[in-house]
Amino acid sequence: MIEVKNLTKRYGDKQAVNNISFKVEKGEILGFLGPNGAGKSTTMNMLTGYISSTSGQILINGVDILEDPKKAKSYIGYLPEIPPLYADMTVDSYLGFMYDLKKCKLPRKAHLKEVCDLCKISAVRGRIIRNLSKGYKQRVGLAQALINNPPVLILDEPTVGLDPNQIIEIRTLIKKLGKNHTVILSSHILPEIQAVCDKIIIINKGVVAADGTADEIAKNITNEHKMTLRIEGTTHTANDKQEIVDALKKIEGVKYVRADMERERGIYDYDVEAHENVDIRRAVNNLCREKGWNILMLQLSNLTLEDIFLKITMGDIVPGRDKADIVEKPAPKIELSVKDGELVANADDASDNNGGDK
Amino acid sequence: MGAIYRREMNAFFISGVAYVFLTVFFLLSGIFFFNGVVGAGTTETSSMFGSMFIIVLFLIPILTMRLLSEEKKNRTDQGLLTAPVGLWSIVLGKYFAALTLFVIAESIVFVYSIILAYLGNVIWSTLLGNYFAMLFLGAAFIAVGLFVSSLTENQMASAIASMLALFVLYLFDSFANNVSSEIIKKLMASVSFYSRYVEFTQGVFNLSSIVFFLSTAFLFNFFTVRVLDKRRWG
Repeated sequence: MIEVKNLTKRYGDKQAVNNISFKVEKGEILGFLGPNGAGKSTTMNMLTGYISSTSGQILINGVDILEDPKKAKSYIGYLPEIPPLYADMTVDSYLGFMYDLKKCKLPRKAHLKEVCDLCKISAVRGRIIRNLSKGYKQRVGLAQALINNPPVLILDEPTVGLDPNQIIEIRTLIKKLGKNHTVILSSHILPEIQAVCDKIIIINKGVVAADGTADEIAKNITNEHKMTLRIEGTTHTANDKQEIVDALKKIEGVKYVRADMERERGIYDYDVEAHENVDIRRAVNNLCREKGWNILMLQLSNLTLEDIFLKITMGDIVPGRDKADIVEKPAPKIELSVKDGELVANADDASDNNGGDK
Repeated sequence: MGAIYRREMNAFFISGVAYVFLTVFFLLSGIFFFNGVVGAGTTETSSMFGSMFIIVLFLIPILTMRLLSEEKKNRTDQGLLTAPVGLWSIVLGKYFAALTLFVIAESIVFVYSIILAYLGNVIWSTLLGNYFAMLFLGAAFIAVGLFVSSLTENQMASAIASMLALFVLYLFDSFANNVSSEIIKKLMASVSFYSRYVEFTQGVFNLSSIVFFLSTAFLFNFFTVRVLDKRRWG
């Protein structure tokens, strides 16, 4: 349905998008994930023919967007980052305008009603767009993209600025639409992508850092046997911590041990990483029994999409290529916090050794 | 093109630009009509049309200032440029909307001519000649204004720059008088909007001038299309 080959966009010296290739089949929902400024919007603007590519090819339904832009564009419904709404029109007259603009042949009244019902804007059809709330504006933008029932929907951060209820509504709607449309949506909000998309492309600094389903991406990047332990020592002091770390390090097959925060009074968490295919759980258990320590928690850490995302975007790691790098590098110190349902990450060390574009 | 034309026509009236434009146009042309024609006790309308050149010059930028700059500023151009329509349809839709409003404004002269018909004999050939001369002049000026509007996101900048551009075009005659080289003098005179327009008001129906105005209109619409196209490749 959508095929992108070696897509590149250069602004002067700045590579905004570098050699991106992917394919989306009919009925798939593809998520574009990346930090702000990674090149998501640029890619989407190229897909929709708003800007041209420096090189590479985009096929929408088999039609090249540069060779036959009118035809290719007729397959696409696009919701840009800022919905292209005329503030002084009413919702109805605006949608009527888009209907005419897209040369829609579907029965006018019925189609507009259907679109409005789908986006739940039937109640505000007579109102002037300027006076609508952000959530309604976003929905009008979505309705506009749905006019003429295009087989491809491209949605640039469709839920940005909405309240949690609206976010859930829009996500449900996108999932529903994904059944008979091909959808590409971008976001820097991880749970959203995880909740909605069949396939994910993580894009960072203009290149594809990972792609596949969430599970596939996770599999690619987590070859290590990692776990988090909470061990209660005998003295409940910092001495325990050192002793436990030293003892854990001596277990055969352990590669890396790090004491984490104090979770309970005098009790710490320990991140332990073993070599591949080595199961150290029993050895840990034995050790604790010998020393008289109590294991209060043992959690195998499956990397979540968030971990992967952070790993990829903060550590400049492209999975599958530089595995050696992953092993050598200490895990970047990252402070995580959740703000408005969005994950915010700050790297402690700003040693961004990409040689780069700062 | 139809959809864009209709939306622009509506936008002119919703935003109030149409009312301002028509009011000022009717008011000033009315003053010229009263002073230059009725007050002077003549049915000769040429002097009125001659004076109206300057109103057209200052009013057309008001008409064209927001056409493309507002789209760019509000990012609504993304909607247009990703819809299955060509650049020419977008530009011409806007162009003809502005031209329509201009024709509505200009057609006030037929009201004046009815008044004149009560007072004396209207010389219809000069009146119609002048009417069409102004139409062609407007067609060229609107294209210039639309082009300037495609260059900036700021409506005020767009209006002022197109006023300036049209004013410089108007002053070409006086520049030409001060140039010593005969060739350049001739060249400048030949692209003078004002002298071509005045020719009409004196009753000379010059086909080459019509071609000149129409090709200016085409040329600037073409430039506008190029600007939109180039932005995609930036």
